[in-house]
Order: sequence, then structure tokens, then C-alpha cells
Amino acid sequence: MIEKKYHSIVIGGGAAGLSAAYEISKSGFSVALIEREESLGGILMQCIHNGFGLQEYKEELTGPEYAERAIAKMAGSGVEIITSTTVSDLIDENGTKTAHCYSAVHGALKLGADTIVLAMGCRERNRGNIGTAGTRPAGIFTAGSAQRLINIEGFIPGKRVVIIGSGDIGLIMARRMTWVGAKVLAVVEILPYASGLTRNITQCLNDFNIPLYTSHIVSRIYGHDRVEKVDITPLVDGAPQDEDTFSIECDTILLSVGLIPENELSCKIGVEINQDTKGPYVHSNYMTNVKGVFACGNVLHVHDIVDFVTEEARRCAVNVVDYLRRKILPTEFRIQPGANVIYLVPNHYVPGEEINLYLRTFIVKNNAQLIVETSDKVVLEKKLLHVRPSEMIKVRIGEKDLARLSADEFKDLKVSIV
Amino acid sequence: MAETLFDLAIIGAGVTGSSIAYQLSAYDTKVVVLEKMEDISFGVTKANSGIIHAGFHHKPDSLKAHLEIQGNLMYDELKQTLDFPFKRVGILVAAFNYEEMKMVEKLYHQGVENNVPRIEIVSRERILDLEPKLSQDVVGGLYAPTGGIIEPYRFVFALMESALKNGVELRRNFMVSQCKQKDGVFTILSADNQAVRARRVVNAAGLYSDEVSRIFKAEEFQIIPRKGEEYLLERNASGFPRHVIFPVPVKNSKGVLVIPTVEGTMMIGPTAEEIDDKEDFSTTRDNLERVFTLAMKMVPMISKKEIITSFAGLRPAMKGNDFLIKISDKTPHFIQAAAIQSPGLTAAPAIGLYVLDLLKQDGMELVKKIDHDPKLEKKPMIREFDFSDADKLISDDRRYGNIVCRCENVSEAEIIEAIKNGHHTLDGIKFYTRAGMGRCQGGFCAYKIIKILMRETGKSAYQLTKRGGNSFLLSHQLGEGKVDTPS
Ligand SMILES: Cc1cc2nc3c(=O)[nH]c(=O)nc-3n(C[C@H](O)[C@H](O)[C@H](O)COP(=O)(O)OP(=O)(O)OC[C@H]3O[C@@H](n4cnc5c(N)ncnc54)[C@H](O)[C@@H]3O)c2cc1C
Ligand SMILES: Cc1cc2nc3c(=O)[nH]c(=O)nc-3n(C[C@H](O)[C@H](O)[C@H](O)COP(=O)(O)OP(=O)(O)OC[C@H]3O[C@@H](n4cnc5c(N)ncnc54)[C@H](O)[C@@H]3O)c2cc1C
Repeated sequence: MIEKKYHSIVIGGGAAGLSAAYEISKSGFSVALIEREESLGGILMQCIHNGFGLQEYKEELTGPEYAERAIAKMAGSGVEIITSTTVSDLIDENGTKTAHCYSAVHGALKLGADTIVLAMGCRERNRGNIGTAGTRPAGIFTAGSAQRLINIEGFIPGKRVVIIGSGDIGLIMARRMTWVGAKVLAVVEILPYASGLTRNITQCLNDFNIPLYTSHIVSRIYGHDRVEKVDITPLVDGAPQDEDTFSIECDTILLSVGLIPENELSCKIGVEINQDTKGPYVHSNYMTNVKGVFACGNVLHVHDIVDFVTEEARRCAVNVVDYLRRKILPTEFRIQPGANVIYLVPNHYVPGEEINLYLRTFIVKNNAQLIVETSDKVVLEKKLLHVRPSEMIKVRIGEKDLARLSADEFKDLKVSIV
Repeated sequence: MAETLFDLAIIGAGVTGSSIAYQLSAYDTKVVVLEKMEDISFGVTKANSGIIHAGFHHKPDSLKAHLEIQGNLMYDELKQTLDFPFKRVGILVAAFNYEEMKMVEKLYHQGVENNVPRIEIVSRERILDLEPKLSQDVVGGLYAPTGGIIEPYRFVFALMESALKNGVELRRNFMVSQCKQKDGVFTILSADNQAVRARRVVNAAGLYSDEVSRIFKAEEFQIIPRKGEEYLLERNASGFPRHVIFPVPVKNSKGVLVIPTVEGTMMIGPTAEEIDDKEDFSTTRDNLERVFTLAMKMVPMISKKEIITSFAGLRPAMKGNDFLIKISDKTPHFIQAAAIQSPGLTAAPAIGLYVLDLLKQDGMELVKKIDHDPKLEKKPMIREFDFSDADKLISDDRRYGNIVCRCENVSEAEIIEAIKNGHHTLDGIKFYTRAGMGRCQGGFCAYKIIKILMRETGKSAYQLTKRGGNSFLLSHQLGEGKVDTPS
């Protein structure tokens, strides 16, 4: 059995893992990057549409192009890349972490490290998770798996398609299915508004005359062997209007009903999960409750833009390096969600140090106000042109803003959107 | 072509038919099992609660009660021989008031009369000690330590593998639809006109045992499907109990149960609803709500957020609610093993022996094989391997290192083993290996399995199905001629 030791092990070779591994190794520490698939890049490799990289590279790239740039940096970086290898268990013994891995190429591997960066990405919610009634025929796919089937494997899932949920992946798949010759008959969204980005509604639905039914649900699925039909029921104030139910005949259903961070592995080493994000709680330095275990990217909270993933991972890596050098965690205070905030990341800050916050809100609003405050003082007020649940909000609370607090005024912060 | 003349044809490869085939495989006779579906165990046997009942639910004078308790006691030895997932975790019945405690007493006496080992009435304190996740409102209950849980399809696969190894034959996609009897020989015809000849026939056709009986001009009876919806919750579910938890039963139904599955997921259900359509496997929103309300009354920590999937099964019930197992009074050499509703899974091993006896009574000559070897070798599964031994396993066969299903930890080698054993559908592979049964429900691994299936069977992507018939997975391949999906 192969046994090795590193300063850091990064688990997952998607945008987050690539960025984190590169940054850590740049500071001279030994890093292994472990990826279960044969190649690096993660979910990006199946997103062959444009729209990646506007922040990082100031140009519009496809997913694979974006990944290529990150992968190209790995050459000569000193990061040991271990692909076709699945981490199946994580163990913490007196501060030394051990990853148990399986690989068709390397056999069983036992890799030790001082620090671990969790970058395992997320999975898609499925039909069972949303409890749709009816039968269980063939022809029901999550949107991401359909994307993989078409873009990488070249398999077309079906011809007459109904899409449940209007998340970005669902919208992009509506256009993709149309391009490969299928007919997309409806996109059905339970909320009163589409949850994907506005540009995707325009470019993926409106441009192809695909009907979007907001405040509607797919109430029943029919078909014995293969999907034959769905019932669609309108909602008024959240209540189904059964008498107004109508049916659409179709052979395929795609689900784009949300993503869940993949933290089963994190739990094995004792990482505590925030039920609002389904990702770990993290300190100001992206360290979880387990000393030396860090998290970034979709495993921490679901991002809609990859550039933010790269950026978050880089910031996480800087902290990993700092931890490897000093092994201490400075005194810090909590940052808590206030009015209308679903969650925020990270969950702590260090007095006086700049804070980069990612958060989501419950509300849809133009000209909203973001307020950062302690129990007795406002630290930052900021106008936000438009907010909604599906768009992650990024705020920087600079050292200047924090200078409003004198040394003895630092305490827990609350972030609200009104 | 001179077709083989079989001594016995068993119609139906569910747990009933497979248990009978397993028993028969110890004897020097020619046996064939005829199954209409693409794979075995795809009928009632794949969709149930997976409980090996302890034997206190049924009246002592019923055939059911007798076979249930006998079947239960046979499971340890079967597990030794066939290596399938089975655990005696014990059964609790939770009572929530004085009337229900009265009913518990009745069940206890019934259990004692049925010879259920070590059954006991338990106080509130003892039941909460046994099952800390029970609601604080519980007042006491019943405890039957011999109750257990099982993966029914894996049990059936094992029974059949052992039977096949010992000379039994299996024909899948053989839908019995006609029969001619001449000179003491049945000629059984399938819907697509294949023929099988046999001297004797056992009807183990589950939901369709009434129709098969009619085809053979035997007893007239009607199977009334009774639907049960079940909901599966993810691994590490917050309400995961130590035992199977029953409510106090109401008429015709054991009620909605809280079940730990052998493989670590959790299940709640079933409902019980008489329906007309034998192919109606739909679930409804109302029943989802109902099942959760009932289950959460017993275990409040259960959470709807943890649902990974749902399914429905149909109990093949008959008027009078007992099994119909006997030599036909109307058609000579035709044996009924029909209307095997709950607790059919529990009773199956005993039904196998019981039918063996009936066959002897019917004059079948049964001589033990000298070279009978029922034992199945344990098949390596990476998730069950100790990490320190896994390196050796993988260096012997690299494909054990390729984890295909990340949620349930299933390797490529295990998928290939399933395919080699004749499971060529996505569901067949899922039941055999667990790939696709976890939290993502195949979202990540379905395409990988599709590719392995194509490679191993030489089939094209659009020929592959979820569970046979027209359940095609894909429409066509990019760049290939389009192939119609069924309309
Ligand atoms: C379907 C989809 C479409 C998107 N579309 C857009 C878009 O149009 N524009 C945009 O800007 N952003 C988009 N995003 C967002 C962005 O691309 C992703 O958020 C980002 O790529 C996620 O990076 P990650 O590294 O966190 O996760 P991933 O890319 O998912 O990487 C995680 C990696 O970890 C590996 N892994 C997991 N567990 C293990 C283990 N136990 N052992 C070894 N390896 C493991 C996985 O195989 C995977 O390669 C999309 C996201 C998704 C999911
Ligand atoms: C919701 C539910 C929960 C249950 N829970 C439990 C439990 O916890 N414990 C327990 O002990 N029991 C339980 N049961 C009962 C148990 O599942 C059944 O008694 C048992 O599976 C019946 O097996 P079988 O082999 O008789 O029928 P099946 O599994 O249906 O097998 C019959 C086979 O015959 C085939 N067939 C039919 N017609 C033809 C034809 N014309 N030609 C060829 N083949 C044909 C079918 O395709 C099928 O494969 C439950 C049942 C349900 C529905």
C-alpha cells in the first residue's frame, strides 16, 4: 500500500481544488490534489456554454476553457496530482489527518497531512427530494446529469421535455436540448419568479419561445415504462389549484431543483454542518470546527459563478498557508445572519482584518440596503441595485469600515438586507 | 428441435418461486423457472418493507401464521449458506394508550401460541431504553427480538444463483400465456410463442397468480391488489432506529412502520389501499403526508427533508386473506403457491419446503443429488472490505479500485459481477450492487453504468433499459440515426 505525507491534501479537482492547491504549493508547502475522475476540472468540464471567467480573466470563456487555464497553471507548480482516486474516509489522530483512498491505478492509498482542504463540490437534488407524486418510469434525469450525458458522452436523453425548476442549469439545458433537436415543452417553477440569472431566461427560454410557468408545480408523473405525461398545477398563494390542473405529454423530465454540498466525507472527520448552507461552519480563515480542516467552493456553499469559487479558494489557501506557518487561530467574533439573510460565509471575523462575505437573501427587491452592525454601531451601509435568493451577494467589509469600531467595540456582527 | 421435458416448471421468479426452485435444486430433477420480466425479483418482491416478521401478527389457525414462524427460523442457516444482507434487529410494537396496551397483550398471547421465541411485553421505561428515539408519549409495548430486516432482492438473487449453480434453468422474458396438456405433459407457451414442456407446474405468479391459474384451467379466484407506498430516507437519517418499530395494528394492516434497512438507509411505510389496477405503482402527495404524520407520531425526529426516494408495492391479496398453497383440485399436477401477500417474504423459505412436500404427495419422484452444493462464495464488496486488506483486493483486480457509485461505494468490479450474473438493466444492477440507491439516486453514476453495460454486453446506448420492456434510458446517440423512444 502506498503511504505518503504532505503539508496539505486538497480533495476535489474542480475550480476550488485547483485554485487552492496551486496557491498552497506556491508558498513552498507540499500538496496533493486528489480527484476521483480521470481528469481535472470538475463540473466545469460539462458546462460547454459561455459565461465563465468575466471576473477572473475579464473575458467570456466556456467551462472547459476556464478549467484549462486553471489546469495549465498546475504544470510545474509542484502539486502532486492524483486522479482516478476516490477519498473514502478521513481520520484525525492527534492532529495528523489521514485520507483513505481507492484507485484503479494506485490501489489503496493512505495519505497523511497536517491540513486538509475540502473541495468536493455538490450534488443535485432529485425527484425524491422534492417528493413529486406519480409513477417511477425511465426518462427522469437531473439537469446536470443530462448535461453530462449530452455534452460529454454524446447521448440524447429524450425528445419531448418538461423541465422542473428554473435554476441556471435547467435553463441552460432547455436551450441545449432544443439545439440537439428535442422539443422543450415547459419549464415549471414553483416560485413566483424564475430562479436563474436574467440573462439565461432571455438567452435560453425567450429566444426559443419556451414557455415558463412560474407559480406552478408538476403535481404528478405518468408512465409505466417511460415517462408519458405530467400534470401541471398552478399555485395561488402557495396553494395548489387542483381544478386548474392541465397535462403535457412528454417522454423526458429534467429536474433543476437545487444543489446540495457533498459533505458526507467531511462528516467522517467530525466537521459540523450548517443546516442553512448544508456546508461546514467556517472561521474567518475558512477552517471548519476541526483544526486543520478547511473548506471552499461548492462544498462550502453553492455558488452560481465560478469566478467566486476560484477567489474563495485562493483566500482559503492563503489561510491554510498561514495556519501551516503559525498553527494558531487569532481571536475572532461571529458574523450572524440578520433580517432577510438566509446564510453567510464565513461565520467569523478577526477584529480589524478585512472581511469578504458571501451571502444570500430571502427577498426579491430593487434598491435594497445592506447593513452590517454590532449591537450598538453600524459598520457599513451599502445600496444593492437588485437582490434575489438565487443570486449570491458578495460584500467586502474593508479595514476602513471596521475602523469605525474602536478596539473595545469589536463584537459579534449582524448582517441584514432590508 | 426436441425440447427438454422438464419434471417441473415454476411460474414466477419472485421470492416464492425462487425459494421453491432453491429447495428443488437439492434433488435430481429437471426444473425450469419461467419469468415474464427482464430480471428476477422485479415483481412484488422488489417493493416491500423488507421485514422478517417475528410471527405474532396472525391467528394461530391460519396457514400464514404457521409458515411465517417456520420461515423466520430458517433465515440464519440460509444466510450462512447464501450470504445475503439479513439482520435480526428485533421488532417493537409501540402503544400510546391503555386500549393499545390491551391490544399488545392480545398480540403477546397470539405470539406465545405461535411459538415466537423470547417475545415479551415491555414497560414504558424498557421500551424507551431499547429505543431512545421513540416518542416520550409511548406507554409501553411488545418486543420480539427474533424479528429481522433483509434486502429482499439480494435474497432472491442468491436463492436463484444457488439454484442455477445446481442445475435449475431460468428463462427470463418468458410470459406464460397459454397451456396445452396432453399425455400428462404440459406444453407452456409464452406470449411470443416459445414453448416449454413440463410434467408438473407450480403457480408462483404473485399478482397474476389468478390469471395463471385460469390459463391452466385450475381454481378460479381473484387477486385484489393492495397498494403500499414506502418512503426511503438517506443514510445517517436523524430518526434512524435500532429496531423495526410497529404501531398497534388495525384491521387488515400492520400499520405504518419505521424501519432501519440492513444497508443503513431508513424506510417508513407502507400504506394499505385496495386498488383495481395491477400495474399502478404511483405514489401520492396525500399518502406522503399521511405516512410521515403516522411515523413521526412514533419517532418525532424523522424528517421529510431526508427523503431520497419513494416507491409503491402491491400485495397480491385474496378474499379470506390467507395464502393459497395446495395441489389443484381441478388440474392434475398443478400446484398453487398463489396469493402470497404479506408476510410472504418471511414465509418464503417455509413455502419452499411446504411445496416440496406437496410435490412428493403429488407423486413426484425426489431423490437427493449427491453432488448438491448450495453454498455461494462471498463476493467481495469494496464497502465491506477492511481498508488494510483493500490493497490486495485491488492489486488482484484493479477494477475494485474504481469507485463507480460514490454514495454507496460500489466499484466497477461489482457492477461487472452483476452483469455477468445476468442483470442487464439499470434497476437490475442497482438491486444487485446498490449502485444508484443512495442519496443522489444515480445522478452521478448512471452514465458510468451505461458505459460499462455497453462495453460488457455490446449493446448500444439506446437499447439499454431501466427495467426491461419499453423503459428505454436514452433516445439516441449524437451523430447516430435517431431511434424512437416509445410513445
Ligand atoms: C451544473 C452546473 C452548471 C454551472 N454553470 C455555471 C455557469 O454557467 N457560469 C458560472 O460562472 N458558474 C456556473 N456554475 C458554477 C461553477 O462552475 C461551480 O460552482 C464551480 O465550478 C464549482 O467548483 P468546485 O470545485 O467547488 O466543485 P466541482 O467542480 O464540483 O469539483 C469538485 C470535484 O471534487 C471531486 N470529488 C468529490 N468528492 C471526491 C472524493 N471523495 N475524492 C476525490 N475527488 C472527489 C469531484 O469529482 C469534482 O471533480 C455551474 C455549476 C454547476 C453545478
Ligand atoms: C408494500 C408491501 C410491503 C410488504 N412488506 C413485507 C414484509 O415486510 N415482510 C414480508 O414478509 N412480506 C412483505 N410483503 C409481502 C411480500 O412482498 C410478498 O408476499 C412476496 O414478495 C410475494 O412474492 P411472490 O414471489 O409470491 O410474488 P412476486 O414477487 O410478484 O413474484 C411473482 C413473479 O411472477 C411473474 N409472473 C407473473 N405472471 C407471469 C406469467 N404469466 N408468466 C411468467 N411470469 C409471471 C412476475 O413477473 C413476478 O416476478 C409486503 C408486500 C408489499 C406490497
